[in-house]
Amino acid sequence: MPSAQTEPNPRKLWMGLLARCAPARLAALMPDLPPHDLLRGPEIGAVMVQGRVGGTGQPFNLGEMTVTRCSVRLGDAVGHAHVQGRDRAHAIRAAVMDALMQTEQAASFEATVLAPLKAEESAARALRAAKAAATKVEFFTLVRGEDK
Amino acid sequence: MYVAVKGGERAIDAAHAWLAEERRGDTSVAELSVAQIREQLALAVNRVMAEGSLYDADLAALAIKQSRGDLIEAIFLIRAYRTTLPRLGVSLPLETAEMAVSRRISATFKDLPGGQILGPTFDYTHRLLDFKLAAEGEVAAAPTAPASLEPVPHVTGMLGRDGLIQSEAYGNDTPSDLTREPMELPASRPLRLQAITRGDEGFILSMAYSTQRGYGRTHAFVGELRIGAVAVEMEIPELGFSVEIGEVELTECETVNQFKGSKTEPPQFTRGYGLVFGQTERKAIAMSLVDRALRWKELGEDFTGAPAQDEEFVLMHSDNIQATGFLEHIKLPHYVDFQAELEMIRKLRREAMAHKEAAE
Repeated sequence: MPSAQTEPNPRKLWMGLLARCAPARLAALMPDLPPHDLLRGPEIGAVMVQGRVGGTGQPFNLGEMTVTRCSVRLGDAVGHAHVQGRDRAHAIRAAVMDALMQTEQAASFEATVLAPLKAEESAARALRAAKAAATKVEFFTLVRGEDK
Repeated sequence: MYVAVKGGERAIDAAHAWLAEERRGDTSVAELSVAQIREQLALAVNRVMAEGSLYDADLAALAIKQSRGDLIEAIFLIRAYRTTLPRLGVSLPLETAEMAVSRRISATFKDLPGGQILGPTFDYTHRLLDFKLAAEGEVAAAPTAPASLEPVPHVTGMLGRDGLIQSEAYGNDTPSDLTREPMELPASRPLRLQAITRGDEGFILSMAYSTQRGYGRTHAFVGELRIGAVAVEMEIPELGFSVEIGEVELTECETVNQFKGSKTEPPQFTRGYGLVFGQTERKAIAMSLVDRALRWKELGEDFTGAPAQDEEFVLMHSDNIQATGFLEHIKLPHYVDFQAELEMIRKLRREAMAHKEAAE
């Protein structure tokens, strides 16, 4: 069952966006990183992905995916990241970005990094959905004589 | 008895050097990049991810390049690599109902909410070789149409509302993990699904086909087949909440199976389930048939002796890395074992001859 809709946590949203984005795109949007200390990692590992029996029943282990995690300190802020794939620079950038979003510079980074990432992701999803919609079957029924 | 066990090193080095050269092929032909394999041989990449049991398209593409296109060898490379990775955690169970579908069809309902979406399919192609692909050329952009980003409902959910189909007991038990502890039989259904989703596509296909031909018949309809992207979410202990850590493409198949009822269950439809990494629809359909066939005991059906009903037969032979490891090891040196066999045969022959001569 889908979990009950709760208040969207803005941090949860930006962390997800940073985890899903293409590493090269994030690097292009934030080429220079502010001074920071690495608290943990970046470390490459695997996360076991679970499905549910019949889509809705008991969990089962589907298989693993590669994930890179990293934690940084930036002034008083601590930033965390778990990002898909094996790109250490991606994990560091995502963790630094998570920390920056907890500082007074949040609005500026929201506009220059997160907003473009979000817009590009939305556009890519919309294009995929539009291509899928074009392959939707529109059934039509022939009128048969005896129905008249 | 001692036998020479050294001396192969130079030959092995030379063999591997030649392998590298053969892998590259004719150097007047451009070399394949890993990105080209990932983008243009995507279904091979998907199969390697599914059976290698590790979702990482770049690694799977690299493995295909290294293995010269031998997909079982590529899966072996991925399985070996994944054992080197620390386990960072376990995701929340995927919400496949929330899938952003690129394909979604039902063989049981023509007009279903969300519609029949064909997606990028080989279905309805003529299976004639397209010689245009032998020449380079631009591909026209696929057409688009106004779309809704709303998720589409599961077909089995629609049948479930009327109680016409068996429901899956919701739970949050920690499933056994065959990558952590040896598989024990009888296996729970979650453990069986883990084994089948990483099992060999050819083996699972043949098992499923055998049920269709009558060996453990389950009368399956494809209630729904969907392919699309699903978010992967994980609890992060230091945060105290869950975040999305990425997105995976999946193929999900739910079969609807005839069921006349048993001592414990009323007549209703029953279900088989397939869920596989990537765009892997043959495997997902086959998985759902094999899953259903293995449920005979739980549903109070008869065991007809069909291979697809036999849990030990299916689960112990579905893994192509275990299978190929055991099969191919017999080509490696067995000189001492064979020497012993040879001694024994010579001795038995001597005895048999002596017996024969004495009789004459």
